[in-house]
Amino acid sequence: MLTTVAITVDGLGFAAWLFLSSVGLTLIYGVMRILNIAHGGFYAVGAYASAWAIGLYTQTGNTIALTYLIIPAAALIAGVISGLLIERGVLRFMYGRDEVLMVLVTYAIFLILEDVTKLIWGTESYISYQPAYFLGTIDVFGIPYTVYKFMIVAVALVVGLTLFLVLNKTRTGKLLLVVIEDREISTALGINVTLFFTVTFVVGATLGALGGAITAPEISVQPGISAEIIVMAFAVIVIGGMGSIGGAMIGALIVGLARAASVHIYPPAELFSIYLVMAAILAVKPYGLFALSQGRKI
Amino acid sequence: MKNRTLSRLGTVFKSKTAMALAVSVLCLPAAVLPVSAQEDETVTVGFVTFLSGGAAGPFGIPARNAAELMIGAINAGDVPGQYNTPGFAGAMIDPIFVDEASDQRNADFQRLVQRDEVDMVVGYISSGSCLSIAPEAERLEVLTVLFDCGTPQVFEEVVTDPQYTFRTGGHATMDSVAAARYLQETGVDISSIAGINQNYAWGHDSWRDFAASIMQLDPGSEVATEQFPRIYAGQYGSEVSALLTNRPNVVHSSFWGGDMEAFIIQGQGRGLFDRASVVLTTGETAMHRLGAQMPEGTIIGARGPHGDLAPESELNTWFRDAYFERFGTLPTYPAYKMAQALLGLKSAADLAGTIERDAVIDALRGLEWEGPSGTVTMALAGGHQAIQDTAYGTYHFDPETGTSSLLNIIRYDAECVNPPAGVPSLEWIESGFEGASCE
Repeated sequence: MLTTVAITVDGLGFAAWLFLSSVGLTLIYGVMRILNIAHGGFYAVGAYASAWAIGLYTQTGNTIALTYLIIPAAALIAGVISGLLIERGVLRFMYGRDEVLMVLVTYAIFLILEDVTKLIWGTESYISYQPAYFLGTIDVFGIPYTVYKFMIVAVALVVGLTLFLVLNKTRTGKLLLVVIEDREISTALGINVTLFFTVTFVVGATLGALGGAITAPEISVQPGISAEIIVMAFAVIVIGGMGSIGGAMIGALIVGLARAASVHIYPPAELFSIYLVMAAILAVKPYGLFALSQGRKI
Repeated sequence: MKNRTLSRLGTVFKSKTAMALAVSVLCLPAAVLPVSAQEDETVTVGFVTFLSGGAAGPFGIPARNAAELMIGAINAGDVPGQYNTPGFAGAMIDPIFVDEASDQRNADFQRLVQRDEVDMVVGYISSGSCLSIAPEAERLEVLTVLFDCGTPQVFEEVVTDPQYTFRTGGHATMDSVAAARYLQETGVDISSIAGINQNYAWGHDSWRDFAASIMQLDPGSEVATEQFPRIYAGQYGSEVSALLTNRPNVVHSSFWGGDMEAFIIQGQGRGLFDRASVVLTTGETAMHRLGAQMPEGTIIGARGPHGDLAPESELNTWFRDAYFERFGTLPTYPAYKMAQALLGLKSAADLAGTIERDAVIDALRGLEWEGPSGTVTMALAGGHQAIQDTAYGTYHFDPETGTSSLLNIIRYDAECVNPPAGVPSLEWIESGFEGASCE
């Protein structure tokens, strides 16, 4: 019983982190057909901005509660600035190119972002644990969990629900779904596809930065975190179906639970549990669980 | 080696007689003095540490800083004690720094040797790097000093008859055996242990030796759980839960860098450090940075008697002061181990009176020298693997002064925590530490 509870709670916590870190990636792919490796860079920029800002703020001695506003603010600023710079400065000149070429372009941007974070924040790690500790812990069947972990789960649910509502219940969202379905027809209908691309990329970048910013209080923010997250994020969106936001949520949940189960039941399997699940799902559903429909070429 | 003196002289002395006379005159001091005066000569040394990635901040950069500090001091003859002569046997050190965070470590090593024509290589923090570089060094016949990595596999399984490869720091067995002895001697209940270590050679070897040592010290001890998350995972929520639900008395971790810091944050936040005695074999690298965040009572190691565990000496004081003055922070163990490696090479070159590869290798094999953290002896693997004393302590943070320190420091002789020459680590532990000399 205790193990089952632990697997469920740990799996949820890990899934929430994965979802927040990968939903921007799947959004950008769904709309723009860009497999954005630079997404790991947005995650890192968000994490650095958040840890740095929390560090500065906590030195003032004011209440820690305000750090819960600093985290989204840092993500918003970091995501909007870096997203806009990259989309307007580089990607807009590359639209329409082959998807493989775009992978190389975003990989180059990823490497640049890795160095930019070092130029701005140096190579020392940043620790900003205060928000993770401030709310204390709650016991679940005798196992203490930080309240902050549940806060991350709540934020992931809110982000997922918001994206669902925006895409399906608003005019803008419905127009975006049209763009996802067919860019050429969208353009012919008078939809400003370029604007949608810019907004989507910036939103995706900001979501990536939010993933990093909200994780920063739980980890040591240091060079290299961008590479770690991008591998996991790819696994999630491949399982869920590239371009599907609901798929990213389910994919994150599957990966989170699989990893937690392996840690608790058979720890040696932890390293490959995620990829085992991915391989099993792709063997049955080669395009992932909720892949967008593909037009058949004649 | 670029002996510019001889080439310049060659243009002045045209006759063979004059040249022979000149060479004789130049060689005369070398025959008289233990250290030859070859100040126009340079020795090109490739330094490989993490300059980017997760291991750069806590390990690679301190090691590079120490290398820069020591190169300057050695070239100027400013290192105190027996090291107060310039260079390696008079030859000035010319460094080339290379990033260890590379997918092509062997190719980078080959470039250093074949393109940059380095005379020797000092480097490698990751055990994974050492396992791949050691055979490469033997193949290319380049004097290579592994200054930090810990896996005992390097000379026990991969390169069993080293000719060109040396390791000037102790291996993981020393850290694990000393940790187990420290727990027993400080009265910690070791009847139930658990481990969280990274899933590669370093993590597996560290845990293997620690668990085996505990079993020797308390045969009734049980392993509650053993966790091996991938390196750089960063998220340890499930592992912390597993450690909490299995309720071990002791948690052992050889985590390092950001992984260790993340584990401390996540474990401390959930009370793990209050429920079990936690041993961090590399904890010294983070204790000053974390300050109050390092949980009180954590058992801290430094992979040798480095940093706060270093015994007082003129050399240690000089090193700490010089490092602090230049970099504004105290040196941690990667810095100590880099200094130790360079002083070992200087000792060997000075003893040989030359920087010729074979002469330096002969001198370094089985050598004993003084580093900032005490005596180092190349006692294992045919004189290619160092042993040295080590120590552990218990962490204490003083909130009034804001300073971190280690209490209850216990020192262990090198022969107490290292296997005798020719005996594999695990075999030695499982024999009940046969031949160990513990005072």
